[in-house]
Parts: sequence; structure tokens; C-alpha cells
Amino acid sequence: MATEPATTDQAFRGPAAFEEEARREGVHGVGPWKLGFRRLRRNKVALFFGFVFILLVAVCVAAPLWADRVAHTGPDENHLTDTIVVDGEEKNVVALDGVPIGPTWQGEFFLGADKNGRDVMVRLLYGGRNSLLIGVTAAFMTTVLSIILGLLAGFFRGRTDTAIRSLLDVMWSFPVVILGVALGVALALGGLQLGPIVISGDSLLIPIFVIGLVYVPYLARPLRGQVLSLREKEFVEAARAQGAGPLRLMFGELLPNLASTILVFFTLLIANAILLEAALSFLGAGVRPPNPSWGTMIDEGVERIATAPHLTIVPGLMLVLTVLSLNVFGDGVRDALDPRAKVRLEA
Amino acid sequence: MARFVVRRLIQMVLVLFAVSVITFLIFNVIPNSDPAVRMAGRQPTETQIEAIRREWGFDENIVVQYYTTMKKVFTGDLQSYVTQLPVDDEIKKGLPRTFALAIGAALLWMFVAICFGLYSAVKAGKFADRFLTILALIGISMPVFWIGALMNYYLGFKWGLFPNGGYVEFTEDPVDWFYHLILPWTALAILFIGFYSRVLRSNVLDTINEDYVRTARAKGLSERQIMIRHVLRNSMIPIITLWGLDFGFVLGGGAILTETVFDLQGVGQYAADSIAQLDVPPVLAVTMFTAFFIVLLNAIVDVIYAYLDPRIRLQ
Repeated sequence: MATEPATTDQAFRGPAAFEEEARREGVHGVGPWKLGFRRLRRNKVALFFGFVFILLVAVCVAAPLWADRVAHTGPDENHLTDTIVVDGEEKNVVALDGVPIGPTWQGEFFLGADKNGRDVMVRLLYGGRNSLLIGVTAAFMTTVLSIILGLLAGFFRGRTDTAIRSLLDVMWSFPVVILGVALGVALALGGLQLGPIVISGDSLLIPIFVIGLVYVPYLARPLRGQVLSLREKEFVEAARAQGAGPLRLMFGELLPNLASTILVFFTLLIANAILLEAALSFLGAGVRPPNPSWGTMIDEGVERIATAPHLTIVPGLMLVLTVLSLNVFGDGVRDALDPRAKVRLEA
Repeated sequence: MARFVVRRLIQMVLVLFAVSVITFLIFNVIPNSDPAVRMAGRQPTETQIEAIRREWGFDENIVVQYYTTMKKVFTGDLQSYVTQLPVDDEIKKGLPRTFALAIGAALLWMFVAICFGLYSAVKAGKFADRFLTILALIGISMPVFWIGALMNYYLGFKWGLFPNGGYVEFTEDPVDWFYHLILPWTALAILFIGFYSRVLRSNVLDTINEDYVRTARAKGLSERQIMIRHVLRNSMIPIITLWGLDFGFVLGGGAILTETVFDLQGVGQYAADSIAQLDVPPVLAVTMFTAFFIVLLNAIVDVIYAYLDPRIRLQ
């Protein structure tokens, strides 16, 4: 009977009825994710820089290809006494007064050599692998820790919240560089022992662990705030009425609603983690030489900036390009998904 | 108000205590090796190690260790194991330099960020806004030690426009003092200008749509008066909070990288040099020193806030 009210009909058949009706009438529901994706697609600048970042990652991942096929040397191979032919002229890779050769713009020593006669281009690519690996893994670690702490504090409130919030406040009181340096020095001294697992002091895991830890308050605090307001919403109450336990409420109901904030932060966290890696390496508390990273390369370059400025400029430009592309892309993602969010991280 | 201040002070003391415990843990407990051996620096003799072990109470339990360490920090009894110089003297020597850097840079970045942020918001969407936004993004994407080193090399060393690093006492020659600090101030300010102008821009854009701005416009105030008296003043509040925290950070020697690149010999550079030599006592002292400054300024900002906005006091 056509006189039967549509609402009763739908109440019996559940939400699928709405979708069916929408399909019949040719109306397509657009979710927040799809809306956000559409907005992001319109932002050509953000997309361009997102593409630049992917390109940079691809180039760094392909480092062995360049090293084997083009430069014919490894990242740690010294060529102190070698010579190279540039424009038909034979030159020392490292001059007798210790000044390394500048960019040759040809396969071998494309961007010049450093003080040990190592190929800067090869080191730049291998260093990029380390910097990017540290950046992405540390950002991932920060995100996982922040989600756990934010959910626990916001969901259980009371004593759990007080304990977690105080911990975050104390961490917040240390500037990231100082806390990073202090942890970096302390761990690099004797390595880290987590039960049966021993991490040696020169492992890349040390800077990853340090950087991943110091940014936790910057994400955990906003997440906690969101959880506090979300947990009062009707959908949480509905899930609870259906008998959902705390784990399902936290990870099944609340976590999906935090996704846009987490996604926005994640891009910016990678950018800041790469910057912090460079700062820690510059201070000697990050990646240990001779293992290359953009930070250690800048550090070695600054020592010789007067005679060989390319050693400072090259890794720095690469770093700035990477961080800039992440920042612009992250900005675009934020504008698209969560225009009201105020994201701030300090380097 | 008095109750709020007292409560905030108690909270501050608790945070300071926690900060000291964490610093102690970082340096004496986390590392997977004998703290006495580490403190003795490189190539120590057996007697040196034994002396340090007894002096710091490493053979005692952890509470005694914490107490001994803190007693040393607060009585100024810390001594570098590399240079053998007392730590508190070195920090006192570096303080005027760090303060000069911090105060100048903080004023510079606040002023420039307000100009950029306001102009950007007024011209929102236009070319000037996009240009400034790109500049700000580049500014926050550059490591301060990298841009500092390049400025020092090109402007200072190669073209000779500025002094090539170093510091001159204010009492010695105020003009030369200023001249030596221009590059460090600029390098340190760039990052913060990037952040602040972006935050201010979005705050101004939010405020412009408020009812009282429309009222001000309706009663015929000039655009300049509206922007400065009504919009800017109300958009400044979050910026002031940020400023208080960041100022505390650089004041406490947090500008480690800038100080090192420009060879200012302040508290931050002292920390950086000690890190390079794995000299634990100075790093321990500076870490606590900086954290204390931040906690202190945090509390001061909160109290000023509560004074300005009565709603906060009641929380």
C-alpha cells in the first residue's frame, strides 16, 4: 500500500533502505572522506608536492642502482688518492691541500666528493634512505603510542587520565631538541636493553626510538581531547547499550573517528621527525658516522663550508625539499579533511 | 586569584620535581652501562672511575643516587669531567649571551610575524597572501643550523657584510654587539616567523567574521582601526601563549643549534660541546636548567592569562 508511511518501512528494514531509496532517486550520498578527497584533488599545489615527495622516496630507494650502475662506488668507499677525468682533464678527487672536488655533473662524483673522497651523490641517496626511514618509522611509533595513550586517558578518565596527562605534561616541559639530545646521548653511550633484546649504540633504532618518543605529547594531547568529547556522543552510548566492552568501544567506535586528525598529523610528523633527525645528527646524538644521513652530511659539511660549500648545500637542499613537500602536502590534507584543526609541531 | 596562583605554583613545583626525576633517569638509569665509567669520559683510569663511583653514590640505592645528584645540581657542585671546570660557572658565563640572543630574536620574530600574518589575512587568497604562505612554509622546513651556516658563510665570510660568527660584550662596544647578533637573531627568528604568521593569519581570518567586527564596521570605524583595535587584539591571545613558551625555551639555552653555528658561546653551545665529548654533568645541568625555564614561563603565562580572562581561574 502506497499510503504506508516511508519511515516505518525504513525502520523495519534498517539503514539499507535509505541507500536503496537514494539509488532509486539517483541521489548519491557523499561521506566526509569522499568530500575530503575531492577537496584535496582540487588542490593542485598540494598534489604536486605530494608527488614530489613520492618521487624523492623512489629516488632514494633506488640508491643502489645509481651506486652500481652510474657511480660505480659505494656510500662508504674512500677515493682519497684517486683521479677522475672531467672535460678531458685529469683531476684529483681530493686535492693535495685536502679540498675535495666539487660537482662534476657526470656519472662519477656527480655532486662532487667529500673529505674522504666519497661520492656525495651516492651518500646523498643512501643518507636519504636513512633519513626517510627514520622519519617514517619514528612518525609511525609516535602515532601508535599517541593513539594508545590518548584513547586510554580520554576513555577511562579519572586516575588513568591524571597519570597519563601528567606524564605528557612533563615530557612537554622538555624542548624536543634537548630531550632528544639527552636521550640520544644516554642511549648511544651503552645502547638499549629491552629484556632479551639489546640494541647497540650506533644502531638506527636509537634515533628512531628517541624521535618517536619526544613527539608523543604533541599528538596524544589533542587526541585525548577529542576522545573526551567523542565518548559522550550517542553512537558510543548505542554501542555500549549493545554490550560493547571498553576495547571495542575504543578501537571499534572511537578510533575511526580520530582517523582524520591522525592522518593530518602523520604527514607533518614525518616532516618534523626528519628535521629532528638532522638536528640530532648535527649535534652528534643521532645517526652515527660513517653511516650517512642528511643530518650527518650537513654536520660534516659545515666543518668544511669555507673550502667546499657544496658539502653543506647539497644535503640541506635535499632535506628542505623533502620537508617542504611534506609540509605543503600535509597542509593540503588538513585543509581537505579537517579545516578547523590547528596543528602545530615545533622542530 | 590568589588561590589560582598558589595552585599553579604547587603544580609547577610538582612538574619540576618530575622533570628532575626524568632527567636523572635518562642519564643514570636508562643507559646500559656503568654510569661511573661513562662519566669519567674517554680513556679513564681505574682510580678515577672509583672516585666518581664513590662521589656520586653509584654503589648506593637509587634514591640515594637521585638525592646526591640533585644536591650536586642545586649546590652548584657539578664539575665537567673533560675540562674539570665547574658547571655553574660556565652556565653563568654563557647566560648573558644566551639572553641577548633570546630577547632580540623573540622581539624580531614577534614583530615580523604580526606584520606578515596580518597582511596575509587582509590579502587572503591574493598573490601577496600566497607568496607569504609559501615563504612561511619554506621557513618552517629549513633546519636552523643549515640556513645559519649558509648565512654565516655567504653574508659573513664570503661577502664580508657581517661578522663571521662570534660575540662581542655589550659593555665593550654596543654597536659591534648589535652587529654581531643580527645574523643569529635572523636565523633563529625565521622558523618562528613561519609558525606564528601562519597561526596569526588563521586567527585573524576567524576573528574577521565575528559579530563585534561587523558592529565596529557598522558604526563607521576606519578599516585600520578595525583591524588593529578589534581584530588583531583578539587574534593575539593564542600567539602570546606560544610566544611565552618559545621565549622560555630559547631563554633557557634551547637555541643550541643557532648558538653553535654562530659560535656565540652561550648556554646552548656549552651543552652542544659537552654532548660532543659525551661529558654528562654539563648536559645534565643544562637539560634541567632549560626545562626549569620552560616550566617557569609556562606558569607565568598561565597566571597572566588567568588575570586577563577570569573564566580560566574557575577551571
